[in-house]
Amino acid sequence: MNFPILSAIIFIPLIGALFIFLTKGSQKSIEKNSKYVAVFSSIANFFLSLFLWYSFDSSVSTFQFIEEKNWINGFINFKLGVDGISILFILLTTFIAPICIFSGINSIKFKIKDFFIAILVMETLMLGVFCSLDLVIFYLFFEGGLIPMFLIIGIWGGPKRVYSAFKFFLFTLLGSVLMLVAIISIYWITGTTDVIKLLNIKIAQEYQYLLWLAFFSSFAVKLPMWPFHTWLPDAHVEAPTAGSVILAAILLKMAGYGFIRFSLGLFPIASDYFTPLIFTLSVIAIIYTSLVALMQDDMKKLIAYSSVAHMGFVTIGIFSLTKQGLEGSIIQMISHGLISAALFLCVGVVYDRYQSRMISSYGGLVNVMPKYALVFMIFVLAALGLPGTSGFVGEFLILVGVFQKNILVAVLASFGIILVAAYMLWLYRRVVFGRIGSNEIKTMLDLNRTEIYIFASLAFLTIFLGIYPEPLLNTVDVSINNLIDKYETDINLNLTKTNN
Amino acid sequence: MQLISYILPEIFLSSVIMILLMIGVFVKKSFRMVNLLTITSLLFAIILVLNQPDETIKIFRDSYIIDKLSVFMKVLTLLFSFFVLVVSKDYIKNTNIDKIEYPIIILASTLGMLLMISSYDLIIFYLGLELQSLCLYILSSFRRDDERSTEAGLKYFVLSALASGLLLYGCSLIYGFTGSTNFEIISSILSESNTGGIFGLVFIMVGLAFKVSAVPFHMWTPDVYEGSPTSVTSFFAMVPKIAALSVFIRFMYVPFINVITQWQTIIVFLSIASMILGAVAAIGQNNIKRLLAYSSIGHMGYALAGIATGTNEGIQSTIIYLTIYLVMNLGIFGCIFMMKRENVFYENINDLSGLSKNHPLLALGFLVILFSLAGIPPLAGFFAKFYIFMSVIEVQMYTLALIGLITTVVSAFYYLRIIKIIYFDKPKKPFDTNFDFGLKLTLAFSSILILIYFTYPSILIKAVSSISLY
Repeated sequence: MNFPILSAIIFIPLIGALFIFLTKGSQKSIEKNSKYVAVFSSIANFFLSLFLWYSFDSSVSTFQFIEEKNWINGFINFKLGVDGISILFILLTTFIAPICIFSGINSIKFKIKDFFIAILVMETLMLGVFCSLDLVIFYLFFEGGLIPMFLIIGIWGGPKRVYSAFKFFLFTLLGSVLMLVAIISIYWITGTTDVIKLLNIKIAQEYQYLLWLAFFSSFAVKLPMWPFHTWLPDAHVEAPTAGSVILAAILLKMAGYGFIRFSLGLFPIASDYFTPLIFTLSVIAIIYTSLVALMQDDMKKLIAYSSVAHMGFVTIGIFSLTKQGLEGSIIQMISHGLISAALFLCVGVVYDRYQSRMISSYGGLVNVMPKYALVFMIFVLAALGLPGTSGFVGEFLILVGVFQKNILVAVLASFGIILVAAYMLWLYRRVVFGRIGSNEIKTMLDLNRTEIYIFASLAFLTIFLGIYPEPLLNTVDVSINNLIDKYETDINLNLTKTNN
Repeated sequence: MQLISYILPEIFLSSVIMILLMIGVFVKKSFRMVNLLTITSLLFAIILVLNQPDETIKIFRDSYIIDKLSVFMKVLTLLFSFFVLVVSKDYIKNTNIDKIEYPIIILASTLGMLLMISSYDLIIFYLGLELQSLCLYILSSFRRDDERSTEAGLKYFVLSALASGLLLYGCSLIYGFTGSTNFEIISSILSESNTGGIFGLVFIMVGLAFKVSAVPFHMWTPDVYEGSPTSVTSFFAMVPKIAALSVFIRFMYVPFINVITQWQTIIVFLSIASMILGAVAAIGQNNIKRLLAYSSIGHMGYALAGIATGTNEGIQSTIIYLTIYLVMNLGIFGCIFMMKRENVFYENINDLSGLSKNHPLLALGFLVILFSLAGIPPLAGFFAKFYIFMSVIEVQMYTLALIGLITTVVSAFYYLRIIKIIYFDKPKKPFDTNFDFGLKLTLAFSSILILIYFTYPSILIKAVSSISLY
């Protein structure tokens, strides 16, 4: 494979952004041209990533499409590659990016050119995170994402956007700098930051705990785990719809991906040691944030809290360290990416029409917007994990996985599902059914054509993956097996060492 | 003759200074010409420096050294003096400080710095130091009719004279207890048990810390930065730092290398204190020059962290940090020189409000440079910090690294605050757009350099990898 397909996937959005940056002419022609360029480059990228998936060989566990270039002389190489785990996130990203752009076309009213640039740069950085096979490169992309996201929240956000943008930026930055210390330490301990080499080196046990905690601090803020989640509701509420979609659908997944790739892969002993911590925090997250979500009167905030709860399932699944648990958490991440994106878009639809996110402002929407009611129902049911939707597959596998490790956690997490159902259905009842709140609602228009296409594609995938998750499972299967084998040999080795 | 060829750049600059003084005195309205000649002679001096042989040479009874460190630092000094003159052309004209003395004094100060950088003997070092300091006093009070400028000049003069006095006292102690002013001889005689010499070391470090404005010897920085004309502030923020850091490196690694355990703790303290103060004190500032003063204190803290390691990698990371810091500061001052409405310059950060609406390109430049100053990847500022922490963690100074990284987060706040004002706030009246070509070009140069540095980060590593003092 000579064609650098991963670099192409990463940098096509950036090139698109550069084109948009350079467009000149009247205001109108700039808007039109930049719209076309943004849509074209993001969709082209999606097809390119489909092609990547098609040519990906899911029967081997090694990294594929590896590209390596000398970057910082002698000690860091610019190295890219994908395995079964990361390729799914690449697909998710390239799928969500055009949706964000379409949503922006619908709802962004000013500086639309800058908006497209921000989204496309963001796409580049997110794809870089999932493709990179070097810790420093990973960090570069991981942190670089802060800049466009800060601007997206701050420029196009709601009334309290400045506060939220700052909180988002500083929280995540603080978490990440500790990871930087860990990355540099890894370099001095092992002499490399190349992920493939590191996966085959056993880092000494005494270092593992601290390094694990440093990575944890970054991922726990980004995921976010309770009690580091407070930036998320603020950021979601104030961000424009497209920003919320990116945040919920992809940014949070970067942390989950990081847990799987780095925390498990590089520090198996520490992961084993800290599993109780993760379980405790995740169970608290599931129960506590679900209760908090019940009490919200802002739709976006409710969905934001539900994201925290759903990500709690993901971490439980990852650290159950069973095949089902890990596969479940990957499916859960992909499906949450689709479902939360759709839910935020649902809120965006009514917000664009009525300029309010308060649940109490609405009511009886089923009478005026029947199509919307149907779409919203599909995703509410998917979010609470109704069998037949992708949400069910993920949660079910996670519970199966964790049941083998810790029954108590499984039971408590199942309670969480009931709570999710409670607040989701209650939200739906209050917004869609009941009496029509005000006269203005009567004049609200149903979904337009772009919105229908967006929702139809999301709904199709949600249901398809719910009925037939095989394509995803096939792709990750070998990589997950490999990860678990490696983990178990490491743990056993360690056990025999301590027994002797 | 051989000897003269080694100090050709210095000789060239001194004769240029004298010739320009003559021109200034005898030719009327000669500012434009003198300025232009200064700029070109700085460029020519760079060529002369680069022309020097590629080996370590000590001349004048080992009191003057030409090595890789000195060549690199001299090029930086000359280059950034050149840039300062280019970007501030517009400002000088508009604020009526376009006197012929201005470029000549800058040139003289630069000459002093070249002497400092190459000095290998306490006397030569002090000579260079005083030459550059005296010029800086004049420069900071260059707007004689402006209260703040004279105040800045006086304040700087009094405090700097005190620091120079302490430094000189330290030099005399060193001479008294080792019997020599030559760096190499001091190095071979000075040992842990030489208490008087250690005393001298501490005094010298106080003087040097004052020059790089490290906490707790930073008090002059905010006032002088704010009071001086902006063109002089930009000079202060860039060029003297190069010479001071270069001398700092030379002192610690040549004469005092055997007492490393003594100075290491001091530098770690200076570094941590500067990073913390630089991060915290800038938060409340509204004057952008004052804010940058605190920001430069913080940045010097990071640069000192590299010296504190006591390794060649540490020195190299400090030099890389310094270089990237200079490029960023050049950019940010370029931006400040553009904050002008109807030929009046503004300094309050609230004047930037809504800049992105009226001047999207300038706003973008600000954005790139500020994020880079905050050290966010993938911009150049991140790499600067990355190399520093690489070398700090190599010698396992984890506390220093952690504090450094946490202050990065704190200092990100005030850079973000400026970005917030530029991008999120309501627009005000637009700035002027009639800028001179050199300013625009320099600004574009520095922001593009910062933006694309990540594509080829080896370039600086390659340039400094041969610098070693062991």
